[in-house]
Parts: sequence; C-alpha cells; structure tokens
Amino acid sequence: MKKIINDPETVVLEALKGMQAAHADLLTVHTDPAVVVRADAPVARKVAVISGGGSGHEPMHGGFVGRGMLDAACPGAVFTSPTPDQVAEAVKLTDGGAGALLIVKNYTGDVLNFETAAELAAAEGIEVRSVVIDDDVAVKDSLYTAGRRGVGGTVLLEKIVGAAAERGVKLEDLESLARKVIGQVRSMGLALTSCTVPHVGEPSFALADDEMEIGIGIHGEPGRQRVPAGTADDMVAALLNPIVEDLPFSSGDRVLLFTNSMGGTPLIELYLAHGIAERLLAERGITVERRLVGPFITSLEMQGMSLTLLKLDDELVELWDAPVHTAALRWGV
Amino acid sequence: MGCTASDVIAALRAAAVVMAEHRDELVNLDRAIGDADHGENMRRGFTALLSKLDSSPPETPGAALKLLATTLISTVGGAAGPLYGTAFLRAATAVGDLAELDGAAVAKALHAALDGVVARGKAEVGDKTMVDALVPAVSAAEAAGGEVDAVLKAAADAAASGAESTVPLVARKGRASYLGERSAGHLDPGARSTSLLLRSFADSARVAR
Repeated sequence: MKKIINDPETVVLEALKGMQAAHADLLTVHTDPAVVVRADAPVARKVAVISGGGSGHEPMHGGFVGRGMLDAACPGAVFTSPTPDQVAEAVKLTDGGAGALLIVKNYTGDVLNFETAAELAAAEGIEVRSVVIDDDVAVKDSLYTAGRRGVGGTVLLEKIVGAAAERGVKLEDLESLARKVIGQVRSMGLALTSCTVPHVGEPSFALADDEMEIGIGIHGEPGRQRVPAGTADDMVAALLNPIVEDLPFSSGDRVLLFTNSMGGTPLIELYLAHGIAERLLAERGITVERRLVGPFITSLEMQGMSLTLLKLDDELVELWDAPVHTAALRWGV
Repeated sequence: MGCTASDVIAALRAAAVVMAEHRDELVNLDRAIGDADHGENMRRGFTALLSKLDSSPPETPGAALKLLATTLISTVGGAAGPLYGTAFLRAATAVGDLAELDGAAVAKALHAALDGVVARGKAEVGDKTMVDALVPAVSAAEAAGGEVDAVLKAAADAAASGAESTVPLVARKGRASYLGERSAGHLDPGARSTSLLLRSFADSARVAR
C-alpha cells in the first residue's frame, strides 16, 4: 500500500484537520465526536440539514457543508457509518430552533446508526425527521437485499434540500421535497480498478486488466457483474440504459445529468464519458438542462465512474441554481 | 457458583483480546462479501471498552454489559455497532441489578440479546447474518440448563455450527446482500464474530469455575 498517510488509525482525523485549515471561512471541525459544521451554525429559525457516512467518499459529505447545502456532516471511519453520538452532536450544534432533517444513505449500518441518533435527539426535545436515499438501480431485488443503496443522487439531494432550507422552508415541507427528489433520481456505477482501505492495506477486490465491475456501490464492495471492459461507448451505455429504463425517463423529460468519478478516473476520461451520455440522452429525446461533472462521491482512489439522472421541473431547477458556498460546490456567490 | 461483576469484567477483557487477535480474519471475511471493516470496527470497540473498564469499573454484571453496549454503540459504527450494542443493552436490562448471574440468568440474557438484534436488524435465520449464529446458540443455551459454564459452552458450540451454516447461503440482509448469488461460498463475518464472542465467554466461564 502506497498512500499519503502517516498511520491508518489517524487518517480521518488528520484529513479533518487539513480540511479545517483549508476552509476555516466555511466550516468548523469538531473532533470529539467528529462533526463538521458550517462556520455560522446554528442559523436561527432555519432547519438544519445534516448528513454523514463513512469517510473515503470525499468531498462527500464534509465538502458540502456551508451556505445553501449542509449544516453539518458526520464523518465515520473509512467506509464505516458514523456513530449515533456524532449525529446527535451535529443536531445539537446546528439547532436553530426549526428542527433537523437527516439525509441518510440506504446502508444497513447508516440507517441503524441514524435511527438511534434520531431517538437521542428527540429525547433532547429537538424535532428530527429522516429521509433515506436509495437511488442505485444496480440493486434489483429489494425483497432479498438490504434495498437499493444511496449513491450519486445523494449529492443532488443535499444541494436541492440545502437550497430550500436556506430559504426558510419548514421541516415538514423540506421532508416532502426530499422525498420528491428521491423519487425521481437514479444512479449506477462501474469500477475499472478496486480501492485500498487504509486499515486493510490491500485492494478490496481484484480486477483483471480487461475487466470491469458493473453495479458497484461506493465502498469497494464488489458489484453485481464482472464483464469485459469494452469501449467508453459500451461503458456509458451499460450505466445509462438501466438508469433510463428504471424510472423510467422518457422522451420529453428534462433532466440533470451528473457524471461522477469514483476518485481515480481523470477528468479527461470523465468529460469523454459525459459527452457520450449527453449524446445517448439526446437520441432518446431527453433534454439535459443541468450538469455536474467531477469527483463528488468517490471510493478512495478507485478508477471508475457513476452516472446519475434527476428528473427536473421548474422548482428543482431553481433550487439547483440557487447560491451555494461549500468547499466542493460553489456558485451564485 | 454464579458469575460476579469481576467475572464478567474478566470475560469482557478476554473478549477484547480475542477481537484483536481475530481482527484480520474478520476483515478478510468482510472483504470477500462486504466492505472490509468488521474486524477493525470490533477491535476498535473492544479496545475502547478496555480503557473505560480501567477508568470506571462497573459494580454489577448488568452494569458491565451496559458499559459494553454503550461503548460499542458510540465507537463501532457500521451495522455491527448498533446491532451488538442493542444486543448487550437488552442483555444488561434482562439481568437487571443481580449481583451474580447463574446459568438461567445467562440464558435469559442471551435470549434478550437475540430479541434485540432481531428487532433492530429484522433478519431471520437463513439471511446469512449474525442471527444464524445467535438463534441456535440461544436454543442450545436454554436447552442446556445447569451452571454458567455449561450454558455458555452449549451456546458457543451451537453458534460455531450456526456460523458455519452461513457459508453456502445467499445473503438477504446487510451489505453482502448486494452481491446476490455471489455471496454464497463465504462465511458471514457477523456470524463469525458472534461465534468468537460466545466461545470467548464460554472459555472465561470455564476458567472461572
């Protein structure tokens, strides 16, 4: 294992300290327990939007803390959900008197820990609602699985809900908005290489030079299917077709297309893939109205990509365009 | 002879050693069908417990179990944190403030632990989870009767074969379920850690006797 680290034990803490040093104007890092909160928290009379999950997906979630997006992020150990006391502390630190909305990605550990945290926060007298995002179309048979995973759609959800919260939308309406976004966002990812979790020291799975893993999650867990890698056209189609057919997205739909790198894929390849996805959507009569391209929800140094499609309407376009000022996303300010 | 607070504390310290010794094994089992963190998470949780046992030693068996539960909930993360945390919290509640646990109290605590895991995780036997080790362990413990060491030995033996039974299963809960058919052929890491913990508790009870 060759990484820019001192000790696997301290990777998350040292990274958080670096983040604090880099973005002191936007966020404050608390370390016991670990919580990243926006610098001006708590914001009076505003619903706090809080998310969290394992580390190793940077910039998600800490990079999305700031005006117009998250009030707090709870970073767990690498690929491990945060603990309930972290989330409960985040709720307390950001409580502006209007309650909190927890954005939870659908993984067994995340759901269990956030559930417990919501109980703790409720016991403190803070109104807390939770939404669970499960946008990964690679997981089909939800009766016999833990259900679809939360992946790329999480980024779009946090941006849109964060924008609405910034405008003073009440907790109940914010929850409905979040459920609406979850209902019309779909994603799928593929890996060309594995990733190495620092405390493991070896790649999470092995892929031959000519293979790709389709339908991966974001934790280096193997996907559904291992197939020959093929061309970029093949790869983009392998992701886009199941996404489009799942919702389904159809001719005349307006969408946001999010082309995401899993961490190790360079932008030159990502733009290449994005161009193909735009062409394939145009052929289906689907209008791409907004785009996001880059590494925003990653699996350490994994090479690979994911595509996310969100069906848009005027409300969602406006919230997407609203000002955001975070370490990873910034516009309109 | 029953099991006092200091017996329980000794058993938990021994379990922490077992979790550290088996860290890599559990990581590797989890790497095959999950996300390679189970061994590290369990090691972190039990290591945290050791320092808490030093700073404020619990005075009853129930208090020791409760300290274990809250430590696991606040330090482990993942699914294992809340699941094991709930299990030991329910076990602590089941034994109340008894100063000594006999075989029947231990069996009752195990049953409460199982109920807690099922309530939180909603898994059934055959889903390829820790429940596959815990359900036969509880049945065996209740059938065994007798002293604490006999009850725990029965539980540990049944948990070991219950864990082995997960190898051919296709996972229906937890992260391994995303693999579908590809999860078959691997031992479930959660069932394995349950089996390791029960074996460690049984060994401690045998030595104490």
